[in-house]
Amino acid sequence: MNPFMIQLFVGVLVGIGAGYLGSFMVLRRMSLVGDALSHVALPGIAIALLIGVNPFLGGFFALMLAVIGIWGLERKTSLPSETLVGILFTISLAIGLLITPEPELLEALFGDITKIGMFDALLTLILTSTVLIVMPKIIPGTILGVISPDLAHSAKFKLKNVNLVFLLMVAIVVALGLKVAGTLLMGSLVIIPAAAAKNISRDLTSYTRLSAFFGAITAGTGIIAANAFGVVPGPIVVLAGGLMFLITLAVRNDF
Amino acid sequence: MEALLTVDQVGVKFERDVLKNVSFDLYKGEVLAIIGPNGAGKSVLLRALLGLIPYSGTILWKKDVRIGYVPQRMAVEQDLPLSVREFFSFKKAHKGTISEVLKAVGLNGEKILNQRLGTLSGGQLQRVMIGWSLIDHPDVLFYDEPTTGIDAGGEEAIYLLLKRLQDEQKLSVVVVSHDLNMVYKYATKVVCINKQMVCFGHPMDVLDSKSLSHLYGHEAGLYEHHHDGTHQHKGQ
Repeated sequence: MNPFMIQLFVGVLVGIGAGYLGSFMVLRRMSLVGDALSHVALPGIAIALLIGVNPFLGGFFALMLAVIGIWGLERKTSLPSETLVGILFTISLAIGLLITPEPELLEALFGDITKIGMFDALLTLILTSTVLIVMPKIIPGTILGVISPDLAHSAKFKLKNVNLVFLLMVAIVVALGLKVAGTLLMGSLVIIPAAAAKNISRDLTSYTRLSAFFGAITAGTGIIAANAFGVVPGPIVVLAGGLMFLITLAVRNDF
Repeated sequence: MEALLTVDQVGVKFERDVLKNVSFDLYKGEVLAIIGPNGAGKSVLLRALLGLIPYSGTILWKKDVRIGYVPQRMAVEQDLPLSVREFFSFKKAHKGTISEVLKAVGLNGEKILNQRLGTLSGGQLQRVMIGWSLIDHPDVLFYDEPTTGIDAGGEEAIYLLLKRLQDEQKLSVVVVSHDLNMVYKYATKVVCINKQMVCFGHPMDVLDSKSLSHLYGHEAGLYEHHHDGTHQHKGQ
């Protein structure tokens, strides 16, 4: 298969997954969590590179550890988890910056989808499908948890489990997004499509689907444009998302 | 008759005691009001009864009792992209059941189902929430009255609705109330608390000036003269 077509395929899949899950992250006021969380992936990527493992797996493993850590913290509400999470994540970034081999540092920070292979493409397909299949099952608990945790508990929704599954989905999406946008720009993949979709959606179904669609469109056009101009795709994908947001904002006024 | 709920010497402790020595019981078809000044622990008591927070003492529910709950505060922002229809879909209710409960709470079904939760008026949202809790055919409905977003007329309409549900569906209602007029008019029993239990019984029997001043301080006299329902509840 043509390497560019593989890039486009992976990019669009990642866009769909990040856009879809991002729509729920925005409702849960977790839009910046994706950003902060992506920092944790860096030491994982670095260690994987140093021992010669696929860097995606290293990042993914580090993210899984981080979300389980967050989940544990969330349950002990006496701790100021925001502060702890902030400290933990910036320390991770610092360690990651120190131990990532110089040639790979730029790729880890900004992502580079041009080097993607068949293994990554297959993994992306499997993991994105997992997110699209699992997430709909926990929508009621996720949304009720936003409206009122007490209401959710009284209606017998197990929020503890819902939160863990949700965080694991976040880890998957962030790990996948790192390939496309890198550590520094990953957050935009989950925030921007959702923010744009929220501008023009009447209900949850249209909002989440539109967000996934916007994620696909911005990733696709960004990768095509980056290829045409011979630049790194990550920043172009983010800019395409920004443009999409402005358009929906303009439409919103007449909505 | 067996009580639906028996509460004995219940207390809740966070850093210090926020509630202690609360004892009462609830029988089928009763409207029980929980009253007390701001910060008295009314919502805390409700949350303890629902098993949402740890407590001391005994809370004994009748076996297999079903409970509906309308919390005081909900984070429903105006631009929350969630339609009333989708909100009901979380309970996997059948179409017929949904239109049934909407009718029961006095809402026009088809029109309201397509509206976003965040665009409803305060009163409509309360009705939707009551309807949502009715889906599971509860034996007891907990209603934590909102302090804002609903005017005096809307508030009375909600009480009339709760009263009607209690009659028609043989529902027991436990309501945290901020309006003593409504308590006199609609409650069959009242629990007054101010960090601890001050009184329990029929509103006309236990809400005398002594217990009211114990409950609210010297403002209490004001309330007692408003049996005619002219007391103005400050709405938004």
